[in-house]
Amino acid sequence: MSDADSPHDPGVPDDEIPDDEFEPVDVFPESELDLRSGADDCYKCSTCDTNCPVAEVDDEFPGPKFQGPEQWRLKRKDDREIDPSIMDCSNCMRCDNACPSDVPLSQMHNEARAEYVDEQMSKLSVEYWRNRVLANYRKGAWLGSKFPRLTNALANNGPLRKLGEKLFGLTAEREFPAFATQTFREWWAERGGAQVQSEEKRVAYFHGCYANYNTPEVAKAMVRTFEQFGYEIVVPEQGCSGTPMFANGMLDDARRDAATNISSFSELIDEGYDVICSCTSCSMALRQEYPELFTFEGTADVAAHTYEALEYLRIHEDLRGALAGAEVDGDGEDLAYHAPCHARNQGLARQAVELFRDLDGVAVEDVGDSCSGISGTYGWKAEKYEKSMAIGEEMFEEMDEAEGRTGMTECPTCAMQMEHGTGYDIRHPLEILEAALVES
Amino acid sequence: MAIEQEVLVVGGGLAGVTAAVSAARTGADVRLVSYKQPTLRNASGLIDVLGYTPDGEGPLVDPFAALDDLPEGHPYERVGADAVESGLALFDDLTDSTYEGNHTERNALIPTQGGRVKPTARYPASVAAGLASDERDALLVGFERLVGFDAPLSAARLNAAGAPFEARGATVEFPVALSADPKVTRFAHLLDRDEAGEERQEGSVRRALVERVVTHLDGEQRVGFPAVLGDDHPEEVRADLEADLGVDVFEVPMGPPSLPGLRLEDRLYDALDAEGVRIETGNPVVGYEAGADGDRVEAVAVDRSGATVPYAAEQFVLATGGLVGKGIDSDREGVEEPVFDCHVGHPPDRYDWFDDRAFGDHRFARFGVDPDRELRPRNGRGAVEFDNLRAAGAVLGNYDFAAEKSGSGVSLATGFHAGRLAGENT
Ligand SMILES: Cc1cc2nc3c(=O)[nH]c(=O)nc-3n(C[C@H](O)[C@H](O)[C@H](O)COP(=O)(O)OP(=O)(O)OC[C@H]3O[C@@H](n4cnc5c(N)ncnc54)[C@H](O)[C@@H]3O)c2cc1C
Ligand code: SF4
Ligand code: SF4
Repeated sequence: MSDADSPHDPGVPDDEIPDDEFEPVDVFPESELDLRSGADDCYKCSTCDTNCPVAEVDDEFPGPKFQGPEQWRLKRKDDREIDPSIMDCSNCMRCDNACPSDVPLSQMHNEARAEYVDEQMSKLSVEYWRNRVLANYRKGAWLGSKFPRLTNALANNGPLRKLGEKLFGLTAEREFPAFATQTFREWWAERGGAQVQSEEKRVAYFHGCYANYNTPEVAKAMVRTFEQFGYEIVVPEQGCSGTPMFANGMLDDARRDAATNISSFSELIDEGYDVICSCTSCSMALRQEYPELFTFEGTADVAAHTYEALEYLRIHEDLRGALAGAEVDGDGEDLAYHAPCHARNQGLARQAVELFRDLDGVAVEDVGDSCSGISGTYGWKAEKYEKSMAIGEEMFEEMDEAEGRTGMTECPTCAMQMEHGTGYDIRHPLEILEAALVES
Repeated sequence: MAIEQEVLVVGGGLAGVTAAVSAARTGADVRLVSYKQPTLRNASGLIDVLGYTPDGEGPLVDPFAALDDLPEGHPYERVGADAVESGLALFDDLTDSTYEGNHTERNALIPTQGGRVKPTARYPASVAAGLASDERDALLVGFERLVGFDAPLSAARLNAAGAPFEARGATVEFPVALSADPKVTRFAHLLDRDEAGEERQEGSVRRALVERVVTHLDGEQRVGFPAVLGDDHPEEVRADLEADLGVDVFEVPMGPPSLPGLRLEDRLYDALDAEGVRIETGNPVVGYEAGADGDRVEAVAVDRSGATVPYAAEQFVLATGGLVGKGIDSDREGVEEPVFDCHVGHPPDRYDWFDDRAFGDHRFARFGVDPDRELRPRNGRGAVEFDNLRAAGAVLGNYDFAAEKSGSGVSLATGFHAGRLAGENT
């Protein structure tokens, strides 16, 4: 459900709700993506396998080389069914980043997973519906945010959580993320939208679900920092980026929301806006997964104009200069930084460390290049929980050995995992940037 | 606005890392951008300088003695013997006690997985006890389910080749229950952690392995395992096995993916950090902007998932690798260097690329850019393409690293040379 078909929400300004249901235009509706040349590019070096966090803890998982090129070849040759182990892939995309030969591994995984869910998974199974609900987090979040206190209390009621695990396969080990009492969009409307106008410096904010419903402080930090640099911000109508849907093989759900997003943002790009995300999985989806999986008009345009927030400022502003003279109050906070896998894929794994290296008042320590293990909805599934924690173990250990007792990451679900495994408070780089640059 | 630095290195393999450190040590502000993972983890972890001459003579005892006779244009001829020595010295400094071989200029002979012996200049400390020049008898131990190392076959080949010691091979079941086709990293991590979870194997994995091997020992003073003895704690794993077996333990280098290569990669990237080099991986460089009169590179264009971002610098180093790393690209039309479109000399007819004689002159393997003595790529007429662009590693032409066994040595020598010159010219 996007905001477009939600009941009228008094918190959202009228002009952000289009009056008619948006009609997506699929340019090549029936086209099957051709991955053959990708499979042929594989020279079987197994570099991808040595990078897969799931294969590392689960001996039975055949690994990305099998999930990608080998499976693709089998399918082409004798029309083999998709191996169910595709559902054990967490879509962390590390294999994609590793392959020296440019084999489009995650695209192959996404397609295989979708085919498996479509054709081989029972639509009556608890697993299917559990995955569907997880993938469509935004729908539940929309409802939950209407009654944040009640939802927070219910969600973290012990016996209820046990029941959730029994009936629905959601692990009882995790605490549900708390809903903010005011969503980001409500805050945005209340402050009267943008406070800065500009013809040249304009960005359209893709906040995604999590910064809207759960961590509006991250979204607010983005707004205040960009306004400080003189940017005019718009917050257009938008759906989920699709990340949880890709990971659960729910491509139809993803396509629906992608249509909304592409239509909404490509119009703004024509007016001179660039697209900014504060979540690295959202930016990943818009930049890489959309063009790999969809052919709506404007898809390539959106991909080419989308940036992660910090990345954008580094390119367009003298951020190093601005930070050189700045400092963060406090007594030298030590932050244990974890680079999300999806940030790694966009070449962003090192930017926060590099940026804050010379900032007075904070010290950032990189806790290594392991995967946090939660991979969005993956670690929420009861049968994946142990695996997820085993993958995260390396990161937990590194965080434990780090100087500080506060963590930092760009990804909301990595943040959940970091907090779950160590009990640390987790912050977003944008919050640190705001503290350094914006007068309070 | 562009992202700016004094020296920008494109490519994060052995050549790029060496160039970046070498430039940083001149005091320059350096950034390294690399697309995918380099070939380091495919390579054996051995650092070959020159095992055979371009004419196929060898194995060479002293690679340095052969440098003077290399043909004009060969990367070693371009940079000179001093740069080869300096590149190796830099490598020795970065790898410290984890590598050996710097006590001599002569090549060491290392038994490899197939039971052949390979001449190399530097080798991981973990393979040191396995040298073929060592006269102590050796027991080679392979694991069931680990393909690529057939210990009895390797031992037989070593004996047949006239190794100065007696080799025997045995195959044991790894002490932890594993799937049919486990990844090599799986073995390494089980040995690193030294526990497998109670239901798979109680107690120490290393200890349990020793118990399986000890029954095969028949007086040998050293035991060789496939190179999977740990990823994060290889020294500890080996020390434990040595203590419990009461003999020296060594690793036999394996094909890709290779643990010694992986360990080296980790070590080198830590070193980059320590030298203050900024690292960015995950996005390719797709083009460049030249200055007004076309003789300098002003910036390269980095493709960030669709958005193109300029990275400006005073000096650039191209270290994008050869045909495997995609620094040199070939299709039916021809061969090209895709980033700067530097000249790559090659015969127009594709069939001329391959020599008919099986061990003849494979021109294909020698494709690459053709540099001056400062390693600046030259165009078809022999003039420098850009004043401030240098090339290093497998992107260079005029040598065949696989045949000569010179891959890592050329990357070190040319990386050192290109990096230093780039740094000094800022
Ligand atoms: C299978 C194999 C086995 C080997 N075994 C040995 C051995 O036993 N002994 C030995 O001495 N040598 C060996 N080598 C050779 C050696 O490991 C290296 O290949 C050699 O040193 C070349 O290194 P390089 O840094 O030039 O290139 P590479 O290692 O190929 O690195 C090139 C890097 O550049 C990046 N890149 C490419 N294009 C771009 C772009 N447009 N933008 C940004 N980044 C880009 C790539 O992603 C890659 O990370 C082996 C090589 C292979 C492939
Ligand atoms: S996406 Fe991640 S979990 Fe899936 S196969 Fe690739 S590396 Fe493994
Ligand atoms: S890393 Fe790429 S080329 Fe190597 S096995 Fe995996 S898919 Fe194939």
